Amino acid sequence: MSAKEYLRERFMPHIWCPGCGHGIIMNNLVRAIDSQGLKKSDIVMVTGIGCSSRISGYLDFHTLHTLHGRALAFATGVKLSRPDLTLIVPMGDGDALAIGGNHFIHAARRNIDITAIIMNNNIYGMTGGQFSPLSGYGKMATTAPYGNIYEAFDIVELAKGAGASFVARATAYHVTSMKEILEKAIRHKGFSVVEILSQCPTYYGRKNKVGDAVDMLNYYKDQTVPIGSEKKKENPALIERGIFVEEERAEYCSEYKKIVERAKRGQSI
Amino acid sequence: MGDRLLFVQGNEACVEAALYAGLDFFAGYPITPSTEIAELLSMRLPQKGGKFIQMEDEIASMCAIIGASLTGLKSMTATSGPGFSLKQEAIGYAIMAEVPCVVVNVMRGGPSTGLPTKVSQGDVMQARWGTHGDHSIITLTASNLQDLFAITVEAFNLSETYRTPVILLLDEVVGHMREKLILPEPGEIPLVQRLRTSVKEGTDYHPYLPREDGRLPMSDFGGVHRYNVTGLMHDMWGFPTDNPAVAYGLIRHLVDKIEGHVQEVTRIKEYFLDDAETVLVSYGSSARSALHVVENRRARGERMGLLELQTLWPFPADTVRERCTQAKSVVVVEMNMGQILQEVRKALDDPEKVFLANRIDGTFISPTDIRNILRVIQGKGV
Repeated sequence: MSAKEYLRERFMPHIWCPGCGHGIIMNNLVRAIDSQGLKKSDIVMVTGIGCSSRISGYLDFHTLHTLHGRALAFATGVKLSRPDLTLIVPMGDGDALAIGGNHFIHAARRNIDITAIIMNNNIYGMTGGQFSPLSGYGKMATTAPYGNIYEAFDIVELAKGAGASFVARATAYHVTSMKEILEKAIRHKGFSVVEILSQCPTYYGRKNKVGDAVDMLNYYKDQTVPIGSEKKKENPALIERGIFVEEERAEYCSEYKKIVERAKRGQSI
Repeated sequence: MGDRLLFVQGNEACVEAALYAGLDFFAGYPITPSTEIAELLSMRLPQKGGKFIQMEDEIASMCAIIGASLTGLKSMTATSGPGFSLKQEAIGYAIMAEVPCVVVNVMRGGPSTGLPTKVSQGDVMQARWGTHGDHSIITLTASNLQDLFAITVEAFNLSETYRTPVILLLDEVVGHMREKLILPEPGEIPLVQRLRTSVKEGTDYHPYLPREDGRLPMSDFGGVHRYNVTGLMHDMWGFPTDNPAVAYGLIRHLVDKIEGHVQEVTRIKEYFLDDAETVLVSYGSSARSALHVVENRRARGERMGLLELQTLWPFPADTVRERCTQAKSVVVVEMNMGQILQEVRKALDDPEKVFLANRIDGTFISPTDIRNILRVIQGKGV
């Protein structure tokens, strides 16, 4: 199918600003889904609140646009009810890791077969540019007029620590590898986390004087390297991209199925 | 009969009734005094192939049952005081997105952590107005285990009929009280199944376009119709809009679908009301003490009656007015500072005849407590 067939054109134009990275992610996500041969009716997309969350409205799946931070909790209810469905949960960085941080780590620990995509633009865009858990020390935001004094989360390390069985990082610049990573993440049976660096020229870019969308994409090009790159050894500040974790581990819904079998047999373990 | 006769606590009766009603999915988080509901369902649901999940918090539990319900499963969560506060945002979501589900709140003393193991009926107004924004809600309660069984089934039925979360507002005494329960035979209490759309695949399905009777047939997630569900103001496709006419229509629909059916949703029990000069109005465990007082006074020839409310919201104002019009005095018996008292006063033409008999210290209101207050009201002193 063409990517267009996944769009709900009735609900266009979308709300994203010119230069926003989220549209690039939507494009590649649709192409990654298309390459899997999945039926649109087998996919449930659950989102929270923020710029990222509007992606669900534009795509022709079963779509559930929920509360700020709670997408994974809603998605868990859907997935456990219908383990045969494919659950994709795009979230923003504030959505997933500030207000939704608890759900994120527990979904990872549960290793439930959901693909969590964190569209990380380092800022709260929809509310106008407040600092997020991914803004980082010294960055400017409307609620950090003297500079942000928080360190940022490392999403990859956080997801690894919480027990996600698939962890990857991509960028809006590296679209080919982004699509490949998304394909693997969706195919992976277990909780998959894909962080995608996504430029917000309107707020993060302007507040931090890092240029326009093209400059920000060039930053991703210059400042990120594939995992294990020699360049990283020379310059530890470079950000690694690629697949960090891809392991087969007991998945929650499969484990629950065993519980049902045990309960029906009247056995404890 | 033998295996249908049980001696159980209220929380167990609630579980039995939920399973009878067809519960398929429960998500919860441990909290006193409702935890037994989660414990029992963790054992019982897998036995029938149903889903039980203990989530990471109260909020997640409420969200998970909404997700489950959208796939077509009858879903429930259970909590108490602080947990009920945490669930309010997602309850509002279920109201806005019109997702059927049942939320049990076994009330304990509040505010805040309050009195975790003690009884209260302090969440009556929170059940009505706990979530933000204009809305309506159905809230049910019961005073004994047989009624609790029937009213729990009713909660599921009403949630499916009106596509709304239904609050089952129990209290610690009812939840933990043990008494006889006779399990109804299958089919004895009618069950309302979800109204699903007859629109075929390939035809445009409008998930939020009410039929003439106000009902909205649903389509399960995973089925042939793909549509959007949101907590934002939305049009007939479920797509966000800030169009004033659409917003007006949706708010009116959400309120009218319940407030326009008060008679259908009202469940009450009446004791000796025909000639009652003093009417006690009560609900939940308080109604047990109230009934005790009424029966004793009747035996002594006093014209006293009891109106027991099982539907708290939408408040059955017309029914209450009608039953209390002839009374010289009306005494609301409840374990809070007068949350239903205010509703009864609003319902009556002569609110000055309405008094409160209450307890707010975590101690169950006894017949003696009510008698002592009645003596004062009747001018007989302490």
